[in-house]
Amino acid sequence: MRDIAVVAFSQRQEAMINTESEVEFMVPLMNEAKDAVGLTQQEMGFTCSGSSDFLAGQAFSFVMTIDGTGPVPPISESHVEQDGAWALYEAWVKLQCGDIDTAFVYSYGKSSPGSLRDVLATQMDPYYVAPLWPDAFAIEAMAARQMLEQGVVSEQQLAEIASRSRAHAASNPHAVRTTPKSVDEILAEDYAMAPLRPSDLPASADGGAVIVLAADDKARELCDRPAWIRGIDHRSDAHTLGVRDLTTSMSARIAAEKAGVGDDKIDIAELHAPFSTSEAVLTKALGLGEDTVINPSGGAQAAHTMMASGLIRIGEAAQRISRGDADRAVATAASGPCLQQNLVAVLEGE
Amino acid sequence: MADEVLTAPLVLEYPFTRTTGPVIGGFLTGLREGVIHGVRRSDGTVMCPPLEYDPITAAPLSELVAVGTVGTVTTWTWNGEPRAQQPFTQPFAWAMITLDGADTPMLHAVFVDSADDMATGMRVEVVWRDEREGHITDIVGFISAVASTTGEPAAMPSDVEQIQSVRTPIRMEYTYTPGRALSQYLRAMKDKRILGDKCPETGEVSVPPRGVSSVAGKPTLPELVDLPDTGYIESFNITRVPIKMRPDLTPPYVSAWIVLDGASVGFMGLGMNVEPEDVRVGMRVRAVWKPDDELEMSAQNILGWEPTGEPDEVITDYARVGRLEQGGGQ
Repeated sequence: MRDIAVVAFSQRQEAMINTESEVEFMVPLMNEAKDAVGLTQQEMGFTCSGSSDFLAGQAFSFVMTIDGTGPVPPISESHVEQDGAWALYEAWVKLQCGDIDTAFVYSYGKSSPGSLRDVLATQMDPYYVAPLWPDAFAIEAMAARQMLEQGVVSEQQLAEIASRSRAHAASNPHAVRTTPKSVDEILAEDYAMAPLRPSDLPASADGGAVIVLAADDKARELCDRPAWIRGIDHRSDAHTLGVRDLTTSMSARIAAEKAGVGDDKIDIAELHAPFSTSEAVLTKALGLGEDTVINPSGGAQAAHTMMASGLIRIGEAAQRISRGDADRAVATAASGPCLQQNLVAVLEGE
Repeated sequence: MADEVLTAPLVLEYPFTRTTGPVIGGFLTGLREGVIHGVRRSDGTVMCPPLEYDPITAAPLSELVAVGTVGTVTTWTWNGEPRAQQPFTQPFAWAMITLDGADTPMLHAVFVDSADDMATGMRVEVVWRDEREGHITDIVGFISAVASTTGEPAAMPSDVEQIQSVRTPIRMEYTYTPGRALSQYLRAMKDKRILGDKCPETGEVSVPPRGVSSVAGKPTLPELVDLPDTGYIESFNITRVPIKMRPDLTPPYVSAWIVLDGASVGFMGLGMNVEPEDVRVGMRVRAVWKPDDELEMSAQNILGWEPTGEPDEVITDYARVGRLEQGGGQ
């Protein structure tokens, strides 16, 4: 296995970006990451992106964004209809093949033009579930009730998660829900989708992120302190809600084992947990304890950019390692209803 | 207002018709006949609604088992503000319901007056639609079960026609915003002006503008450039088959690749006021605009392109990408 690291990261998240098209707001982010390592597009061994046509409401919408990379002469390129964390995984595999030393990864999503809750209904089983148009909040709320009634978590603990997300987000310029709220204030909120309160739900955002990966000595050349990806794995639970135990995450637990999360102390964890309940599930599935700082950025609850939130978790974790704030971190990305699919990456400094 | 964001309604609709196969088709056939089926899994338990495979063992499954029409709520939430395409216009509960005789819960709607009437463990029974077609919505939803209702499965009639496909259309509404460059382009269209954008490195001019130079991978200049409404046909085809979605186009008609004077990239337009047989590569054309009182912020202001009668353009170099490589990219 080659040593592969995150060597550059850029992001933008706002409650709504309606003055710029996707390619218009991604081009400055792409150039920010390229400039950070002094590489041009033509020097990137591979480029992989993630986005969703259903968010944009346009077929092949990603093609327009590829223009932003400067793909002339033609580049080696691929796209996943998923969060950019899976684009990063594809780039990581490509780097492991050994014929390239750098890769350019980006993803983005603008959910403000449509109704995200309706759009997400289309990812459900198309015969039995999607025709009823249950929205994503309702599905999560049903999982939350099971967790509460089975004693897996308490409303107090959910409020603590939501309160901490707000507190951490206050110092993150890319977060959109940044006003602090105490646990008592959150517990006093009326239910949004019982038993979930407004603070338990993700703060929806538009935006995107870019990561540059590099292998071995190339990474050391490009970055003073690369964030080495020591383990990365992704797993998927069943699509059918009825056969899953929604109070736990088998896919996150197995991915965490394969990625080696438990092999040593984890300083920080950036978890792709849109809901308070998702964070409770992931913390347990990854076996994280008191000595790990959870979501120092405020996490996906404080700014949930569809298709980029997972990649941003990896970027946030990597950035803290490169800055020297942490030595060992874990980042997760999720996809599908109730954390159906999970990617877990362990990052370390040298 | 120059900086007001332009918006336009955008509706995405897919008229999906999905084939069902024998297991899902069997379930949907049952619904039409007022019977709910699960499928026997590898471990002997019953999964409802049924799948063709066991999600744990991956074994193929085929033994449909009739289950009850009364079941138990395993979890639920209150949907206080139902959305357009959901089962009921009044507030209702979403619930996971394990029907008697089944071992896994299914998602559906429960109609009660308020969240106070819902509880995990409560017994609910099916409300059937009067006219059933073999679709999950043949079940209108569930209501609180009357104690006397047993929900024993009804007998499945034999020799009924099997459901083999199901319509699952989706419709989603968006409010589209075009971004910076296209907004300027659309505003200018109302004044019969055509704007393009210019690469800061190579000077290449693209129309319509996208705000980005694909050659340089850089934002284009913030000021767009005016282009004349004249140019030439770089390539074309003649369509002789009608297109269902464009009843306004009567074959034969010409689709042409138009390169405006001063532009580096072409775009598609319709030939107008010309016999298809007379169209040729290099033919000089000008825009045919809608009447002034019909102009909107839309590229549809240009109805098509008609010959100017000038001498043909002599095209010596189609390989614009070759030129681009010299100028940008690195």
